[in-house]
Amino acid sequence: MNSLILSVGARFLTALFLLFSLFVLLRGHNSPGGGFIGGLIGAAGFVLYSFAAGVDAARRAVRVDPRAIGVWGMALAIIAGLASALASLDPFTGLWLILADLALSTVLVFDIGVYLAVFGAILTLVFALEETL
Amino acid sequence: METLVACLSGFLVATSIWLMLSGNLMRFLFGLLLLSNGVNLAILAAGRLTPGAPPLLGVKGELPADTMANALPQALLLTAIVIGFGLFAFALALTIQAYRTFGHLEVDRMRIAEPAEERE
Amino acid sequence: MSWVLALPIMIPFVTAVLAFLLRRSRMGDLASVGGSAASLVVAVVLIAEVLDQGVIAGQIGGWQAPFGITLVADHLSAAMVLITAIIGLSVAVWSLAEIGPTSARFGYHALFQSLLGGVTGAFLTGDLFNLYVWFEVLLISSFGLLVIGGRKYAIDGAVKYVTLNLIATVLFLAGAGLLYGATGTLNMADLRGAVAASPDQGLMTLIAMMLMVAFGMKAAVFPLFFWLPASYHTPHYAVSAVFAGLLTKVGVYALLRVFTLIFVGDVGYTHEILLWVSLLTMLTGVLGAAAQSDFRKILSFHIISQIGYMVLGLALMTPLAVMGAVFYLLHHIIVKTNLFLIAGVSQRLTGSSDLYAIGGLYRTAPLLAALFIIPAFSLAGFPPLSGFWAKFVIVRASLDLGEWLVAGVALLVGLLTIFSMTKIWAEAFWKAHPEGRQPALADLPRSARWQMMVPIIALAVMTVVIGAFPSAFLEFATKGAEQLLDPAAYVAAVLGEARR
Repeated sequence: MNSLILSVGARFLTALFLLFSLFVLLRGHNSPGGGFIGGLIGAAGFVLYSFAAGVDAARRAVRVDPRAIGVWGMALAIIAGLASALASLDPFTGLWLILADLALSTVLVFDIGVYLAVFGAILTLVFALEETL
Repeated sequence: METLVACLSGFLVATSIWLMLSGNLMRFLFGLLLLSNGVNLAILAAGRLTPGAPPLLGVKGELPADTMANALPQALLLTAIVIGFGLFAFALALTIQAYRTFGHLEVDRMRIAEPAEERE
Repeated sequence: MSWVLALPIMIPFVTAVLAFLLRRSRMGDLASVGGSAASLVVAVVLIAEVLDQGVIAGQIGGWQAPFGITLVADHLSAAMVLITAIIGLSVAVWSLAEIGPTSARFGYHALFQSLLGGVTGAFLTGDLFNLYVWFEVLLISSFGLLVIGGRKYAIDGAVKYVTLNLIATVLFLAGAGLLYGATGTLNMADLRGAVAASPDQGLMTLIAMMLMVAFGMKAAVFPLFFWLPASYHTPHYAVSAVFAGLLTKVGVYALLRVFTLIFVGDVGYTHEILLWVSLLTMLTGVLGAAAQSDFRKILSFHIISQIGYMVLGLALMTPLAVMGAVFYLLHHIIVKTNLFLIAGVSQRLTGSSDLYAIGGLYRTAPLLAALFIIPAFSLAGFPPLSGFWAKFVIVRASLDLGEWLVAGVALLVGLLTIFSMTKIWAEAFWKAHPEGRQPALADLPRSARWQMMVPIIALAVMTVVIGAFPSAFLEFATKGAEQLLDPAAYVAAVLGEARR
């Protein structure tokens, strides 16, 4: 696409999208948001970039094969689910680690896994579709 | 409000059936997309449509019972939309592939796997 | 308790991840086989637990039913999980010989494992919406597997498979959504009470019919089966073997579950429809097969006619008939997968699946011929093989009810099945190869020979064992049928004693 505004703007917007996606991912714990919507927003950033600069450039910008990102995300989500076996609780029960004001949990790990899985899956689909056109 | 959404959902389903009766794969696909949107709307309407309070407990755990929309259908809907998106993306990719393979999108003429002529 | 229920679902997905990451090397194939073996071990543990304790239920994430996602295993579910694991392992080994590095790099093993995970999830879930999600998981994996060869042929089949299955999916979603709107729950055990207590029984029957159409489409019953013979002969043989064994059976399982547990309010109406559907399914399937001349197409049409028997068992709704349906389901998966695997070997040896273009297998590959006889005769219902007992129970159940027409159709379809099997036998095995080729098992590379023949022999042995010692299996199926027809134990296991 030969639009000067888009190709200049896309660089900044992609960065902004990624930052915002992280914000949504972390905010998702107690408010609307979460891994799924975060992954969508992050992927949307790179999709926009691929419109502006082409799929090859977008693939280079992602650096890793999006399919691998998706699969690693799924692996992370499964590991988060398996972790509750250590505490002999039901599968996918959340485990918590409270460090002063900071509350960490396997739920967050699961959410990050979902984020990566969605991010990878969407980019795989969109890049593949754009390449066939 | 529910009546209006129900009518809209019915309209979408009717349109989608009309589209899906076409022999063209692309129109069929659009019909399918409309159909799933019609169904999603119906589920949304089943969970009460109200502009009232968000489905969250109050500070002391009190329930904002009547003004609250049921949150579960919305969660189901989100899942369904996501799944529908994935399936539709796949179907679209398949359609593109079918167009490249056959050079047309008329399902009636896609008979490679089911040859019309019978062997003597 | 929950872990033994969750692991059969989680292992295939872990394996899928491993197989994908290792897809460029031979290790990916081995990961798939290893994961399937692990699934089999867990499935055996699960069925032992169920035999020991009756119905077991667990909650994902510790959220109590009916709010959380429930996993339940009764006799039927546990047996289906075990059979899925057996088929998974057999086909995983078999596909080592068929699936080349190109398909493996595309992610064949990962898709195969996530298909198995989806099927297992559908058998174990106790939640209607979760069932929908598992249907989607296995559907998406099956889409990928269907087109993985990338040939013209496969694209053609995939178009029909994908479009028709998507319609069924949307109908299922609509039914589940309306049911939630009307009853306020999606937990299947909870739904039993909620549907029975609903003031609007007409609406319940309407939703039941929507789900019947959706599951019927997945199970390939009479007016809704077009996608199956249009697509099952197009992909790799390993893919069509696992599809033939498991995919339509998920639909049958869903019908069995939903129409014994939830929608029993208007049996006279819903099950009467199922009865006529099942009769027409049996007849059209077997007649369709008679008109075909392709190895896999004949087998595909026979899937349809056999589905008819299972639905018939459900439609009659007596303890004996449901027991027959359960037994039929279990026996059929083994037999059908094996026939497709044998078709694959035959294609590999003779170079074609068109029965008129091949032949001579009896003289040159007598082992394969002998192994074909076992599942083929079992499918047709010869004693003392497993299919005989399955058909016997169903026919007996219909005679008990005085349904002479039903019993007559069931017997006639059995007869016509023999006709098709004889046709395959005469054309592929008995007559000489038209081009004078001498296909022999020894032509296969040594490793491929083992990888292909060991699963076939193992499945054939299972068929013979079920046929020779039917009492244990029939007893098991009887217990399964009792649990289906009187789900008090199921409901109690899910919702706890308090709400019984």
